[in-house]
Amino acid sequence: MTIEVNVTSTLQTLVGAKAVQGEGDTVGALLADLNAKYPGFKEQISGDDGELHRFVNVYVNDEDIRYLDALNTPLSDSDVVSILPALAGGV
Amino acid sequence: MLKLPQDYVDEMIAHAKEDVPNECCGIIAGKDGQAEKLYRAINAEASPYRYSVDPKDLLRIYRDLDSSGWDVWVIYHSHTHTEAYPSPTDVRLAAWEDAYYVVVSLEDDTNPVVRAFRIEAGEITEEELEIA
Repeated sequence: MTIEVNVTSTLQTLVGAKAVQGEGDTVGALLADLNAKYPGFKEQISGDDGELHRFVNVYVNDEDIRYLDALNTPLSDSDVVSILPALAGGV
Repeated sequence: MLKLPQDYVDEMIAHAKEDVPNECCGIIAGKDGQAEKLYRAINAEASPYRYSVDPKDLLRIYRDLDSSGWDVWVIYHSHTHTEAYPSPTDVRLAAWEDAYYVVVSLEDDTNPVVRAFRIEAGEITEEELEIA
């Protein structure tokens, strides 16, 4: 199925648009598909172990996938995925 | 150079003071070098030493400013007991390369200090802050 993915910042530069379309029935499969279309996509958001960087927020609709089933979160047709860099710091 | 209206600077300082003892954080949306709206964000850490914008609040703010055609122009946070300069943690976690990072220091709470920076690929560059 085709899922709309909203991106910003460095990912927006990489794909050349604010929104792209990808295929996949889970978030992990979708990100793998986007990485095939846009080499380097996954590198921007995950480490060598395949886990998402903690300074990246991935949402399915309004929910952060950390509070769903992370990369195994299932997707259905009308879902919208958004990827935002986290906004954090400290002393 | 970052040009900010006086009322935006006053609002960041007011937010920083209200959230003492914790660090505050927020976003100023902008377009073509003009400030459009200041969003106070929820610091999910509620800590004097850390800030992390609550993910849901970040999505809410981003959708609102994006639908208005604005950009994440300035990201601000406060340092309650240290100078207005990005800490190593701030640099390590700086993921919005197109934004200005503004730090409000309340180290001397009678004389808050506001400074602006770019943080790109781990490098800090101070930007002149012009308050108009």
